[in-house]
Amino acid sequence: MGKPPHSDSPFPLPTHHFQTMSQPLHRVIQQTEQVIVGKPMQIRYALACLLARGHLLIEDLPGVGKTTLAHVLARSLGLQFQRIQFTSDLLPADILGVSVYQRDTADFKFHPGPIFAQMILADEVNRATPKAQSALLEAMEEQQVTIEGVTRALPVPFFVIATQNPSHQIGTFPLPESQLDRFLMRIQLGYPDAQAERGLLSGVDRRELVARLRPQMELSELLALQKRVQEVYVSEPLLDYVQAILKHTRESANYEHGLSPRAGLALLAAARAWALLDGRDAVIPEDVQAVLPGVASHRLQKTQDSQPSHDDTLARELITAVAIP
Amino acid sequence: MDKSLIYSLILSILLVLAPHMEHLPLWVSIMCTALLAWRTLLNYRALPLPPRWLLLLITLVGVAVIGKSYHTLFGREVGVTLLMMLATLKLLELRSSRDAMAIIYLSCFIIITNFFYSQSIPTALLMLLSLIVIVASWLRIQAPNIRLRSQLRLASIMLIQSVPLMLVLFVLFPRVQGPLWGMPQDAYNSSGLSDEMSPGSLSKLSLSEAVAFRVTYATSAPARDQMYWRGPVLWQYDGRTWTRGTAGYQYAPQFTEASVPFEYSVVLEPHNKRWLYALDMPATLPANTRLNTDFQLLNNAPVNARMRYQMSSTLRYHANAEETPAQLQRGLQLPPRLNPRTLALAQMWRVQQSDPAELVKNALRYFNQEKFSYTLEPPLLGRDGVDEFLFDTRQGFCEHYASAFVYLMRAAGVPSRVVTGYQGGEFNAFGNYYIVRQSDAHAWAEVWIAGLGWVRVDPTAAIAPERVERNLASALKDNTALSFMARNPPAWLSKLRLNIDALSNSWNMWVLGYDPERQFALLTRLGMEDVSWQRMARNLMLGLAVILAVLAALMFRHLFKRDPDRVHAAWLRLCKRMTKVGLPRAAHEGALDYAQRVGSLRPALASELQDIAQRYVQLRYGVVPGDKQSVQAFIRSVARFKARKAR
Repeated sequence: MGKPPHSDSPFPLPTHHFQTMSQPLHRVIQQTEQVIVGKPMQIRYALACLLARGHLLIEDLPGVGKTTLAHVLARSLGLQFQRIQFTSDLLPADILGVSVYQRDTADFKFHPGPIFAQMILADEVNRATPKAQSALLEAMEEQQVTIEGVTRALPVPFFVIATQNPSHQIGTFPLPESQLDRFLMRIQLGYPDAQAERGLLSGVDRRELVARLRPQMELSELLALQKRVQEVYVSEPLLDYVQAILKHTRESANYEHGLSPRAGLALLAAARAWALLDGRDAVIPEDVQAVLPGVASHRLQKTQDSQPSHDDTLARELITAVAIP
Repeated sequence: MDKSLIYSLILSILLVLAPHMEHLPLWVSIMCTALLAWRTLLNYRALPLPPRWLLLLITLVGVAVIGKSYHTLFGREVGVTLLMMLATLKLLELRSSRDAMAIIYLSCFIIITNFFYSQSIPTALLMLLSLIVIVASWLRIQAPNIRLRSQLRLASIMLIQSVPLMLVLFVLFPRVQGPLWGMPQDAYNSSGLSDEMSPGSLSKLSLSEAVAFRVTYATSAPARDQMYWRGPVLWQYDGRTWTRGTAGYQYAPQFTEASVPFEYSVVLEPHNKRWLYALDMPATLPANTRLNTDFQLLNNAPVNARMRYQMSSTLRYHANAEETPAQLQRGLQLPPRLNPRTLALAQMWRVQQSDPAELVKNALRYFNQEKFSYTLEPPLLGRDGVDEFLFDTRQGFCEHYASAFVYLMRAAGVPSRVVTGYQGGEFNAFGNYYIVRQSDAHAWAEVWIAGLGWVRVDPTAAIAPERVERNLASALKDNTALSFMARNPPAWLSKLRLNIDALSNSWNMWVLGYDPERQFALLTRLGMEDVSWQRMARNLMLGLAVILAVLAALMFRHLFKRDPDRVHAAWLRLCKRMTKVGLPRAAHEGALDYAQRVGSLRPALASELQDIAQRYVQLRYGVVPGDKQSVQAFIRSVARFKARKAR
């Protein structure tokens, strides 16, 4: 991920606070930043996604720290963590679980799969077959799974971070557009800058660092924050702005299809979480602009004749094209 | 220039060109299509346009050949052809948006010329479609980045906005009598009745489903077997063909009415002849028409545009009860030395009977009892046609029966004549009128009986009464020669056809037939006194001005009522002031971002501007609606803010 669109406001924002950010949240961010160096925006995106009860898709090359980010967040938030490595021979049962016959009690006993955890890292999700992918994606959508006719609720919170190699690599099943829509945001991590990389290379092994991390937040606090996100206020002028953005994507010849109403809802949800992260109780246009690259880029497709561009430039074009009403 | 703009211009020209292909010279159509294809290829491959000298050459050669093939460079046809060619060529020298505008205007002009050739509803719809495409192309010049669907939607909205203007122009523009481009060659190639009748002429006409005229009765309609629409009356027979012959002199016909007249109005399709059709017998005549000696209704001039007239007829009458000897003599003439067997038969009847009415009955009984049949495809007849028909073939269509009957009557000494016209009609319940088609063409006879005058006798009714009571298809044993629609169409299809006909009838009456009289009637009913063209012109201007003012007001409303929100207005004022000192806020820039950016550029302003931005954001987007005091305080702070300090 390159520079955020309002890159003139470096984090943490010194002036924006109407209320101070919740202390535990602040500590989570701090702790994560110690391990994931030089990626403050991405950490916030991930958190915003979690707070908005959405799911996150990270698309990048192997080895840039996707897995570590998920690990660190899970530990800092004190969530049960499961990692599912997606491979081409992965079956839905490997994700959801399976009932096994017990000889002594003479009936079937359900062995829950790795999906029954609060935070799932679905690693390289595009390596698996569409069948396995859809098992995960359905669970994400419905917050519950039905196995052998029995519906089982997933834990709360339930947060999926899926990672995906850029789809032009061989032997992958890229997620179709409709499935991409289930992720609230898609972000890229990108290479660290020189200074951060230096620290990474010279410092302690990341795995050790992760092992040392302590949870900074109670589960109840996290759930309360999720609830507060939904209560963040959205004013009429802000809705005008979001609608102007949606309208622009539908009328401009630059995009294949405009953003759907569901995309508009996702944009608002993410912007609410962003406002909360920023310590505000109302969404302002800057919040919408901040989350727009993550929310819009995987839902918009450029038309053939417009120049192909990076996710970020696409969002920047969109932001600069729409005036704030 | 934008590729998609060029494609849409090519499409516009193509749509404009397509309906003209039918009557343009073939080589012009081919050349224009080839030029369009060439232009499309150039656009697709992004190749440079052809050099000017080549275009000039093509133009000169084209003009020369058009001039040669039409023998002139003036007139309507040539004008349309030239415009077509030049508009197509203009596409090949498309260099600036001015050229594109020229093509747009040219296309708009050329589509109007479609009305020279056809004024039907499908033509109008096709023109509307072309207009939408043209307006959409024009939009693309103004806004190149617009999406196709929005482009078409906007174009349609613009056309809808122009509908009130169109209506005012239509209703109030002073009309002149006759069509605006009424030129003699506009007359349609009609296939209606002619003033001659020979074996086969009516049966051929009966195959056509074209509409001859439409009739609306004011109150009730007469019975179907009474609907005889009188056309040319034929006296002269040469053994094969009946013609009108020449009357010794013209005198006014006389008849006495014996029943209440039926009132009706007729919308006659152009047929290029002078006569009009009327029910036997016309009681009151439309303006500018007269009855000739044979009770045929004649117009002042040939009918070469659709014509509407109102009149009444009585169905029971005594026509020319006193007839001149010269006319009676004409009604007895026979070609010499033909048809001996017919003459013999008539002579035999004559000996038995002298009462004309009985003779008529004799003949009808003969037709009815011998083995005559009614058919569309009778065998060909030779020199003694009537003889062969009456005694050998005995198969014929109405012209055979009318002709043979009159021949028999004349041979028996009863003055008689052939009347051609239409009989019957199809009732259209959707528009409450009757459609009379070419397939309703008919021929019958009139005999003159002292004291009664000319009496109609329809020999066809003696052989095939269904023809008169129902329609042609039911009268024929073998009706496969008739068109599908005339035979036995499924109910939904004939319903659909009647619906479409009702629609095009209203179109003819109210859109195409909106002539000075209709305009006068409508305007008077709308409460306009003293309808003169000056007054119409004044009202026209007034109406246009009012509509334009309303449209303008609707559009400017956005600009004026822009922001009732005082907080937002104050913020915009501040941004405007900042723009003046060279620190403009981008339209997409949020207040906090902007304050931060300006703050880092002009530290002297930082704290004050950031404070204002904070308060603005809170008042505009915050949870608590700003109370009056904080709004006032905010506006005061904005007023106090000195942008000049930035310098």
